[in-house]
Amino acid sequence: MFSKKQLLTRGMLDVAPHMLSVIPFGIICGAIGIELGFNPYLVYGMSIIIFGGASQIVFLQLISGGASALIAATSVGVINSRHLLYGAVLSEYLEKLSFIKKLLISYLVVDQGFAESNKFFKKNKKEKYLHYHLIGTGSTLWVCWQISTLAGIILGSFVPEELGLKFAIPLTFIAIIVQDLKKIDHVIVMLACGISSLLFFDAPFKSYIIISPIIALFVAAFILRFKK
Amino acid sequence: MTWLSIIIAGILTYFTRMTMIALVSRDMLGNKIKAVLAYVPSAVFPAIIFPAIFINDYGTFIEMNDPKIFGAMVAIVVGYFSRNVIATILSGLISYWIILFF
Repeated sequence: MFSKKQLLTRGMLDVAPHMLSVIPFGIICGAIGIELGFNPYLVYGMSIIIFGGASQIVFLQLISGGASALIAATSVGVINSRHLLYGAVLSEYLEKLSFIKKLLISYLVVDQGFAESNKFFKKNKKEKYLHYHLIGTGSTLWVCWQISTLAGIILGSFVPEELGLKFAIPLTFIAIIVQDLKKIDHVIVMLACGISSLLFFDAPFKSYIIISPIIALFVAAFILRFKK
Repeated sequence: MTWLSIIIAGILTYFTRMTMIALVSRDMLGNKIKAVLAYVPSAVFPAIIFPAIFINDYGTFIEMNDPKIFGAMVAIVVGYFSRNVIATILSGLISYWIILFF
């Protein structure tokens, strides 16, 4: 049995390597907002109120491109709808928490934190204070996101654009799923998702980001039926 | 107006995070759905990876000799054998820069 503090620390350590991509991305996100001519308070406010990297950039780009506020807000909702899937997976491990704790911990669920905590949860199902691992990953990502978007807002894009550091984002996610390439069923699901995301890339409201996972999950359901 | 839409976007985002955790009980999902949910990471993250590699900032497909493809392949091989996140990201970035700058 791990103590609460051990689980919290473990969560922080598990997600720490992803800072390599989260920090440059946060800086880019803050700097883009200022470059597009937005009020700095507004750009930073998004990091607290929305707290979702890619969706914040899309929001700023849509508004500055003249899209209506309604379209921009809808796009954010659609892009972030993938959290519904993360929540469905995590709910198994968070079941015993009180309603209030569930409401609070939900704010901290983000891609990399979900991925690392989910990996830990699968291996340590019987731990009593599992949610502390999620608090560890989520709060680490939160703090780094706040600091890095602030740095981008204040210092501008001091990371040279030629370096193409945005490329660190797909690399972070490659690191998360690369071990599942060992399993042929997972490879098929990944390809189904990846190919659909390219096919539906131009779908309205960036909805490819939820359409392709749904297609991939149907493929997964089909594989499961086939396996039996 | 922009502030209002940020707040709406924030509420929408929070609901996407909270709904399944706080409002839906696990028993409402059948065993079949639970089995499918085990594929969530493999079913979601390629939707972030593929467009970030194969589609450029202008929304068009990249050339097959683009350094991002090489960088991603190096990262996959290094990640697979090292099981290390930092090694995966750094190897991908460095191999990408080597092609880009030399």
